[in-house]
Amino acid sequence: MAKRVAIVGTGQTFHKSHRPDVNGQELIHEAVARALSDADLKLKDIDAIVIGNMDHFEGINYVDCWSVDGSGGTMKPIIKLTTGGTTGCTVAIGGYHLVASGMFDRVLIIGWEKNSESDTTGAITTAFDPIWDRLVFAGAISGLAAEAQAYMARYGATDRDGARVSVRDRKHAMNNPHAQLRKEVSLEEVLASPMLADPIHLLDVCPRSDGACAVIMASEEVAEKICPTPDWIWGTAARHSYSYLGDADYGRLTSMREGSQELWKKAGIKEPRKELDVIEMYQPYSFGGLIWIEDMGLVGPGEAPRYIWDGNTDMGGELPINPSGGVISCNPIGATGLIRCAEAAMQVMGKAEGRQVPDVNFAFSSGFGGCWWTDMILHGKKKPA
Amino acid sequence: MSDQFQGIEPMVYQSQINVPYSWWAGDTATRFFVTLRDEKKITATKCGDCGKVLLPPRKICPRCFTENMEWVNVSDEGTLLTFAVARRPFAAIPADKKVPVIWGLIQLDGADTALLHYLDGVRPEEVSIGMRVRAVYAEARKGTIRDISHFKPVK
Repeated sequence: MAKRVAIVGTGQTFHKSHRPDVNGQELIHEAVARALSDADLKLKDIDAIVIGNMDHFEGINYVDCWSVDGSGGTMKPIIKLTTGGTTGCTVAIGGYHLVASGMFDRVLIIGWEKNSESDTTGAITTAFDPIWDRLVFAGAISGLAAEAQAYMARYGATDRDGARVSVRDRKHAMNNPHAQLRKEVSLEEVLASPMLADPIHLLDVCPRSDGACAVIMASEEVAEKICPTPDWIWGTAARHSYSYLGDADYGRLTSMREGSQELWKKAGIKEPRKELDVIEMYQPYSFGGLIWIEDMGLVGPGEAPRYIWDGNTDMGGELPINPSGGVISCNPIGATGLIRCAEAAMQVMGKAEGRQVPDVNFAFSSGFGGCWWTDMILHGKKKPA
Repeated sequence: MSDQFQGIEPMVYQSQINVPYSWWAGDTATRFFVTLRDEKKITATKCGDCGKVLLPPRKICPRCFTENMEWVNVSDEGTLLTFAVARRPFAAIPADKKVPVIWGLIQLDGADTALLHYLDGVRPEEVSIGMRVRAVYAEARKGTIRDISHFKPVK
């Protein structure tokens, strides 16, 4: 039987477009030192470390070893997990497995990226099949554009609906000192920003960021001794597919639908829209904020634009989404999924400061990657049964 | 050549991945390289907790996990801990180096860790573990580890 597991500390860098003042190890150390401080633990208290990024963004293939100066991994059990864009959420799920197994009581989980060090599209291209997809690959933003086009054609949504999501996230980022982009934009400004790939404007998508995040998970035996109100992990789900780009159902995120249904079943959640209190979603572009909340079952197919326009997902609304400003405001890719996890944990622990949603019982965080993968975590204030 | 491809026509796509990188050295390594370039001095960081002198210099002591580090100068003379000799050329060897190429791990006087670099001005059969070597600086220095041209035996 798996042990119950809780998050007892989090830390992250102040994410920026470039961090020329530090190398990768030093960037990682900033997040690790803050997480240890948050949990009031020392490095000697940590039993194992899980770390991840996307190798090609920095051209370092043995990050687990290379980063020990910053991670604290010298002569400790350390493994690297990497699953593309989902990496940050995958490392959290991997850390959860290590603690739930009973083999480790306190595990340090790290996601990081220095996206300033490489050509993002060049590196992302290496994730795709070299024989079939790579020779005709149109880039990451074009892949997202194909999803948005299919969704709009199916349900009659418009680029204004997408822009409304971007306005929300960019406004929320004003409350988060760790976010890279902190500038409110209007609907008109989003729609007037340069068109990258129809219907995606520049202000509909995420930036490239340098940043790191660290999370400490602990077993039920020690969690409440470390932190009186820890963030309990109620469930995790991971759904990865992809052989070739044409295999997906464009306009629907099947991995989100199947994974979230698994989570709701595990936790006994009947109406996620009413039972969840806050969501931190790996949503790298605005239209994902429409399509994917339908796949989560918050609202029915085609109903997301109305739900968003009515302000339900704004701060103070029925179910605030991305109080941190989300991925549109900041995207150090290998860290991004773990930042979502940390932000959700902070909401449950009551440590989210200026972006705190009141009385959070259940929080949801996710990772998204490559070709329509989704990893996700359900966080809760109460100890799971 | 074997006949394993006889009678079949395997499609093989020759390609290469072009991912240009810009690796930021960070403030700590930058200070080392600037001092090396401008003053021909080799510097390291000393941990205030364990007292170890680390080269390459670290912002954080990996063992003590502290930023309690101070800069110290180390000697440009040291002891050869071990070495390797490449007899055949390969792509990782810079174009200006001709085989046999000798690499050494050199513990400079005052440092607790070794530095990886080239040995030159010595024949492979003359190299021995424990020998004393000294840094030879490059004439044109650009702020890289090759601002040290190589290490040569101390006569």
